[in-house]
Amino acid sequence: MDEMQEIIKTYVIKEYVEDDTELTYDSPLISGGIVDSFSMVSLKRFLENKYNISIPDDKATPEAFDSVNKICALVREYVK
Amino acid sequence: MAYTDTTRGMYSDILTGLKEAGLFKQERFIHSAQAADIEVEFPTGAPLKKVINICANNYLGMSSHPDVVKAAHEGLDSHGYGMSSVRFICGTQDIHRTLEQMVTKFLGTEDTILFPSCMDANAGVFEAVLTKDDVMISDRLVHASIIDGIRLCSAMHDTFKHSDMEHLEEKLQLHNDKRLKCVITDGVFSMDGDTAKLDKMVELCEKYDALLMVDESHSSGFIGKTGRGTHEHCGVLGKIDIITTTFGKGLGGASGGCVSGRKEIVEMCRQKARPYLFSNTIAPPVVAGVIKVLEILSASTDRRDKLEKNTEFWRKGLLEAGLIIKAGDTPIVPVMLFNAKLAQDVSRDLYDEGIYAIGFFFPVVPQGAARIRTQISAGHEIHHLEKALEAFRKVGKKYDILGKSKQEIIERYGM
Ligand SMILES: Cc1ncc(COP(=O)(O)O)c(C=O)c1O
Repeated sequence: MDEMQEIIKTYVIKEYVEDDTELTYDSPLISGGIVDSFSMVSLKRFLENKYNISIPDDKATPEAFDSVNKICALVREYVK
Repeated sequence: MAYTDTTRGMYSDILTGLKEAGLFKQERFIHSAQAADIEVEFPTGAPLKKVINICANNYLGMSSHPDVVKAAHEGLDSHGYGMSSVRFICGTQDIHRTLEQMVTKFLGTEDTILFPSCMDANAGVFEAVLTKDDVMISDRLVHASIIDGIRLCSAMHDTFKHSDMEHLEEKLQLHNDKRLKCVITDGVFSMDGDTAKLDKMVELCEKYDALLMVDESHSSGFIGKTGRGTHEHCGVLGKIDIITTTFGKGLGGASGGCVSGRKEIVEMCRQKARPYLFSNTIAPPVVAGVIKVLEILSASTDRRDKLEKNTEFWRKGLLEAGLIIKAGDTPIVPVMLFNAKLAQDVSRDLYDEGIYAIGFFFPVVPQGAARIRTQISAGHEIHHLEKALEAFRKVGKKYDILGKSKQEIIERYGM
């Protein structure tokens, strides 16, 4: 199991899921209404702090944040 | 004309879609003044029906209070009908400044600026005082007008789970590097009738050096021992940096709103808030009416005390009837029905019984949380509430929901 996937999934559940919705690494987060686009900022800040990276605003699009797997792919572009 | 058949067809399709989804809103025409007893034409064209209104924001029964009506008449005579100008050109009268000073005193703040509405106050305040170096951290259930204000502001935005103080603290830590942090909440939440934990929020804002903004639209005039609002109720008078509130609910019911708080912040709004700069302010007769409302409420707590008693009676009556209500002590009392169609059916049947109360369902409230939102007023007498309880018992019996649990209601009617 990929550690980054699990860390991000755990954060998303803790932060956004208020009922018992099941989440997979491919569940649509923003288009699926789990994360509203407003709240994306804390996810972005969490990733930046956790992985010591800086994601440019124009890369932090709703599409790029739409599933745990997509977020992992985005983060990997910036981790040295 | 460029309004082509295709364009017309596009809009018709959207509107039809709303109707089919049960989301189409229809107005009901009230032929009388706003009060506990009203005369309603519904559906359109139907003969007038006398009903008891239990869904107005007329918390203190001021909408048709004779002294307020008289003051508005006098204001009309002495100060005219309108100003034909925004405030800073030639639209400020002595009574506007008087009202601002009275609101400051009533809310226990440093200064106040009037807006055409509280929607405008919320739309204008964040952009006027925050920049892209700052962050706004809002409760996830704040009112739509606050969401719009947040959207118009360039500061970063984040949210915390409804009334979850641990989550708020995490967010304050996460954003501690920002120039200014502004925590944003409603004082009383309009859909659930619950109250923000302002004492705890003030403590957190002091600890993390953050501003606190509270929308007091559903609290001003009646929450707290002398009706000053949620900040009085929570023992934090004088500690809220930004209060917005409306004169369209407890404080008269006509229209208008304000930002009240730290004097520099109010001055920033006077210099920069767009709905203040580019829209006419409150009309003179309405200003005169609100001044009278504040005089009445400052002289005596009778009306808010009566509202408190009515609210207790109403909450107790609904519980004894076996209905499920949201816990709390505010005059906003949601009767939970969970299923959207059930909420609409109960509302219609209540209307047949002479009780005017509206069903709320998704997307206004979460899926599976449909309800009838009842709102109690100091304008209600016990006989009004008794009649309304009788109707709730009768309709509740018809749908067999009295004494039933949430689980049982959902099993029978679905989410
Ligand atoms: C919490 C809250 N804020 C603001 C408003 C808007 O008030 P106004 O009618 O003054 O624009 C409302 C009214 O619905 C409200 O419920």
